[in-house]
Amino acid sequence: MQRVSVLIELIRERAQKLLEDGIVNRVIGWKKGEFFYDRTPAVFQASDDLSELIYDGFCSANLSKYLIQENKKDGKILALLKPCDTYSFNQLIKEHQINRENVYILGIGCPDMLDINKIRGKGIKGIQKIEENDDELIIDTLYGQRKCRREDVLLEKCLSCKGREHVAYDELVIGDLRNDLTIENEAMSDSASGKNPYEMVEKIEAMTPDERFAFWRSELSKCIRCNACRNVCPACTCIKCIFDNDRSGIASKANTDTFEENMFHIIRALHVAGRCTDCGECSRVCPQQIPLHLLNRKVIKDINEFYGEYQAGADTETVGPLISYKQDDVEPDIIMRKGGHK
Amino acid sequence: MQVEKSNEVERNIHMDLKKITEEQTSQTGLTEQISENRANGTREKGIGAKGDFKPLIVAFCCNWCSYAGADLAGTSRLSYPAEVKIIRVPCSCRINPIFILRAFGRGADGVIICGCHPGDCHYSTGNYYTRRRMTLLFSMLDYLGIEKERTRVEWVSAAEGVKFSTVMNDFAKTIHRLGENKKLEDLRCKEFPY
Repeated sequence: MQRVSVLIELIRERAQKLLEDGIVNRVIGWKKGEFFYDRTPAVFQASDDLSELIYDGFCSANLSKYLIQENKKDGKILALLKPCDTYSFNQLIKEHQINRENVYILGIGCPDMLDINKIRGKGIKGIQKIEENDDELIIDTLYGQRKCRREDVLLEKCLSCKGREHVAYDELVIGDLRNDLTIENEAMSDSASGKNPYEMVEKIEAMTPDERFAFWRSELSKCIRCNACRNVCPACTCIKCIFDNDRSGIASKANTDTFEENMFHIIRALHVAGRCTDCGECSRVCPQQIPLHLLNRKVIKDINEFYGEYQAGADTETVGPLISYKQDDVEPDIIMRKGGHK
Repeated sequence: MQVEKSNEVERNIHMDLKKITEEQTSQTGLTEQISENRANGTREKGIGAKGDFKPLIVAFCCNWCSYAGADLAGTSRLSYPAEVKIIRVPCSCRINPIFILRAFGRGADGVIICGCHPGDCHYSTGNYYTRRRMTLLFSMLDYLGIEKERTRVEWVSAAEGVKFSTVMNDFAKTIHRLGENKKLEDLRCKEFPY
């Protein structure tokens, strides 16, 4: 916990200063949620409230999404953004969803986020409290103390981390959280970071169509249409979503047909195509633990293969792949020839 | 004595009913048809229709090229399957991936998109965007395990009546081979003859 606990003090101190100086009039960060691993995004108005501000391995919620609404209010907001959140922020700037002048970004270091489901998946039950050390977790359970290596229980998105550089910020508060380049490289090589993000996508592509169909049926049939993936997605910025149209026939809160599950997820993947930064929020919030990021990664992989490498949100100028074209683009029948055996 | 009599009446009624139902079923041939359908795994569109699988193919044609191409095919007396239902769109770029999915949901067995050749779009660039979008959509459908031959993009100009007819014949043949669309069907939109 050392490095993160030092960092939260630095963040709190800096946020307090900015509030008191009147540069910002509120702060968006995380506070304690219902469960010990719950970290709910929260807006702090007064500097006294900042004692409730939390930052640890469970603060994975991407705050960029909340800025869409927050930046419309009066005054400047201080946003605490992790490196990968700044990609979403850039993408929102590009789409004119956020007015840059209304946001003050405090780029904060990331200790790599934890996945409570992976911890539970290790057979650790009755978890009461988790104490984070730099490379180890000390877990208090009903049945005594357990330990587990931090890198074994990282969130899926952190396994193929986009890097520790913030692509948009006004100020950085990183503390000694792997800001040193040598430490970073070391950490990158000995932890799983830098894993090929398309590994699972490639595995699915190598299956036969029937296997693929069976795989996705078993995953998507779990969908309860809670719309959490849509609500949390920083790329889903429509005020009225197509799935909220009661005349569309697909607006029901529960899927009544397998077609609806397929439809919802295909359309969602395509609506964020070329804009998805692969922040992994959809998979994180899914109460049914559907690996939704695999759909988005497939689209990203295709875009990279067909139209050249593209990372959404890396900057605020490059034109997205689906709103641009080249005269010699591949023809759609390339799908017949490549991948996916018959 | 009385009990016996009533039993006899009941039996008679039962026999009559059986006779009536037998007559009815033999008239429509419903029972045979159902079992036949189930055995073949085929579906008839419309009640009482007999015979081979008749696919439903939706063709989205752009107003400026492919729709005129279809017209030319007609005036040139070139034939293409009646299973192909054309929907005219102002530009191939108008086609939203949802259109295609809904066509499948509503019972289509194949969807083909026809537009102007790249570079010939009436609106200069529309079909370039279609090309990118559809490539991604088809790739996604393939990724989900849905037969990739069910969807196709073809560029047909207003002068290519022959191409229109060959493309449609070929596509219909492919769909016949693939059979009914099972993987992306919406059961709520199905017509069941039985």
